[in-house]
Amino acid sequence: MIDAKEREIVEALQGGLPLVPAPYRQVADNLGLEEDDLLFRLADMKSRGVIRRIAAAANHYKLGMTSNGMTVWDVEDTRVADLGPQIGLLAFVTHCYERPRALPDWPYNLFAMVHGSDPIEVEEKRAEIAAILGDACRAQDILYSTRILKKTGLRLKQKG
Amino acid sequence: MLDDTDRAILNRMQDDLPLTSHPYAAIADELGIEESDLLARLGHMKEDRVITRFGPFFDAAAMGGAFCLCAMAVPAQEFETVLTKVNAHPEVAHNYERTHRLNVWFVLATETPEGIATAAEAIERDTGITVLQFPKLQEFFIGFRVAA
Repeated sequence: MIDAKEREIVEALQGGLPLVPAPYRQVADNLGLEEDDLLFRLADMKSRGVIRRIAAAANHYKLGMTSNGMTVWDVEDTRVADLGPQIGLLAFVTHCYERPRALPDWPYNLFAMVHGSDPIEVEEKRAEIAAILGDACRAQDILYSTRILKKTGLRLKQKG
Repeated sequence: MLDDTDRAILNRMQDDLPLTSHPYAAIADELGIEESDLLARLGHMKEDRVITRFGPFFDAAAMGGAFCLCAMAVPAQEFETVLTKVNAHPEVAHNYERTHRLNVWFVLATETPEGIATAAEAIERDTGITVLQFPKLQEFFIGFRVAA
């Protein structure tokens, strides 16, 4: 959970961190905080996992990675914890999660988002994943995104 | 186009920025460039939308909220009608059409864990279509890297 001051910090930083030499001081000034106080609070929010990291989100399309496929795998439950990190380590995989199956519609429990410059490259990378999973994988599929239907960031409801 | 320095910056900036007074100067030092050059290049990459956002990644779950990937099988003839109804829910963050019988995949973001089920049920009521929920059980993440 976050307190009222932290909520103000989240709202102030939702749009991003300023690209100036002392960005935290600028944000602190806007919030009426001392820079050290803000840095302390941010460190605390990181230690609690509220902030995962302070980093750039890259646009794969602009980097020529115009083809992306959500590869999905039915991996033996007892081997997911061991194999998942190996898939997450691959440079072309941006997101990798274990998720519950939804039988009978959906037998897959490992999801790995793969990016490539075209579908051929994505298929090659999918084969690399298949090779790592080996006989622990019983079934697989790939879902290409054909259209972005909606895209908004995390939005906190305005309170009081 | 990105040059080698831009690529090195892009890779480095996908990792954590330090919580220090002059964090960009520290990164510039690591990369062997001037702070002003780093800031200018970051500014250009943002303008060009190579970087869509730079800043803290918040975890909704750690703030008491929740995320959940959901999927629906929407018949082609009802697609636009259903889509309008789904997207009207403010809890629907990202929504992608995908090549599968389950052809609509979206992320619900809510301020409480209970909000996920409430939002999913509301979408089912509005559309008459089952919303399958795929919450993450474990994350295996490292991030995307451009050839440096």
